[in-house]
Amino acid sequence: MSNVPEELAYSAEHEWVSGEPDAGAEVTVGITEHAAAALGDIVYVEAPRVGDTVIAGEVCGELESTKAVSELYSPVSGTVTAVNEALEGAPETLNSDAYGDGWIFKVEVSETATDLLDAEAYAATIA
Amino acid sequence: MADGILRSPLHDRHVALGATLVPFAGWEMPVRYSGDIAEHTAVRTAAGLFDLSHMGEIAIRGADAAAFLDAALVGRMSAVALAGAKYTMICTPEGGVIDDLIVYRRDHDHFVIVANASNKDVVVAELEARVAGFDATVEDVSAEIALIAVQGPRAEDIVGRMCVRGDDDIRAMRYYSATNILLSGDIHAFAARTGYTGEDGFELFVGADEAGAVWDLALAAGAEDGIVPCGLSARDTLRLEAGMPLYGQELTRDTTPFDAGLGRVVAFGTASKPRGPFVGHDALLKAKVEGPARVLVGLVGDGRRAARAGYPVLDPEGAAVGVVTSGAPSPTLGRPIAMAYVPPALAEPGTVVGIDVRGRREEMTVAALPFYSRAS
Repeated sequence: MSNVPEELAYSAEHEWVSGEPDAGAEVTVGITEHAAAALGDIVYVEAPRVGDTVIAGEVCGELESTKAVSELYSPVSGTVTAVNEALEGAPETLNSDAYGDGWIFKVEVSETATDLLDAEAYAATIA
Repeated sequence: MADGILRSPLHDRHVALGATLVPFAGWEMPVRYSGDIAEHTAVRTAAGLFDLSHMGEIAIRGADAAAFLDAALVGRMSAVALAGAKYTMICTPEGGVIDDLIVYRRDHDHFVIVANASNKDVVVAELEARVAGFDATVEDVSAEIALIAVQGPRAEDIVGRMCVRGDDDIRAMRYYSATNILLSGDIHAFAARTGYTGEDGFELFVGADEAGAVWDLALAAGAEDGIVPCGLSARDTLRLEAGMPLYGQELTRDTTPFDAGLGRVVAFGTASKPRGPFVGHDALLKAKVEGPARVLVGLVGDGRRAARAGYPVLDPEGAAVGVVTSGAPSPTLGRPIAMAYVPPALAEPGTVVGIDVRGRREEMTVAALPFYSRAS
């Protein structure tokens, strides 16, 4: 059973959000351990670029493993403020530390997100 | 086993090893244990252990067994030596591939056919329809037989170590031959030097009730060589690097063996070695003479985004002229590789083609297959 940290919020598309997703706040986004495990060894991450506008529930990048490819959705709307450059050379970090060094991008939230799941609700979707 | 999903006799071992299990051709099978790349690399550098219990096994017995298979399959099975193996296909009268098969000759009057899990029932039905008039029987023995593969450069040592008797025979075996061996624990196995990884290796046919003991024995015998249990994901990238076709992707009823570059499996016979009629003969002879309208090629990319099955192949003007049948980032090469059907005009190695990778064009270069060959 994969780890679903209590303190994070989650999207139905298996992204996690760290920080309060309120308008004006900056949050960090990644994919869940469950999503990383389902993809297998991730070999390429195409993240949005700094300055890009992302929209909650819409595709903003892609994740490629040897086995499959998956689209990356933004769990919040806003402007990208940072991208984890280390993933370029070490995409496997998403498998080894999905909630830590495997973060993907940061967003300055433009619109308070109201439809994210708490840990218990997300865990129920993958049980 | 809800909904009629089949489970391998090794199911409990897969669960205990922490495997991720997925539905595959009606079975629940391991897609990975530790990780796709680690498993793939273990097979290329040491050894991997595969549960292939989902594969179909069909026994053909009877005085006319060889003559029947000559008539039913595109290859000449009567020419296969005792304890030999042959890669072949069963085709429709129109020349389309129903399945690709490995046929093992166990005796003058006894063959075992290994079919893809997804096609097993169809192949059994086709063989039953084609056996009329021959003194031969077709028997689906899949449920009684487990198939366990040890693949990789250390496979010979490991399988030799598993034997009580026959370890010398193991070392003497040529690729695509098979023999009876006796494994520790008094377990009889039919061992074939075949595989689907591009490495040396063995496939062990054992009774389903002995599969657990053989699996444990292989893990113990291979521990010092670093044997790793491997799932379907590693199996797929290994066979893709080796340029081996997968039924449902490179091979379908709409493709002939010639389309897939495997026309060599069709034996038409020669003046000195004539061959009788076989199902698909006329259509396949026509396909051979006319040449294929599309050709299966290898593709290698310089970028990071891999072409995947079903993606269009584009000409320089952006028109779709072909289709990708398999593709993945190659763990061994570190770049995207793929197989695709393209028009003959684009099949020359070195030709650059475009691939529509989810709406964005990526360039790949036609490359000779296989992408990977083991040092021999």
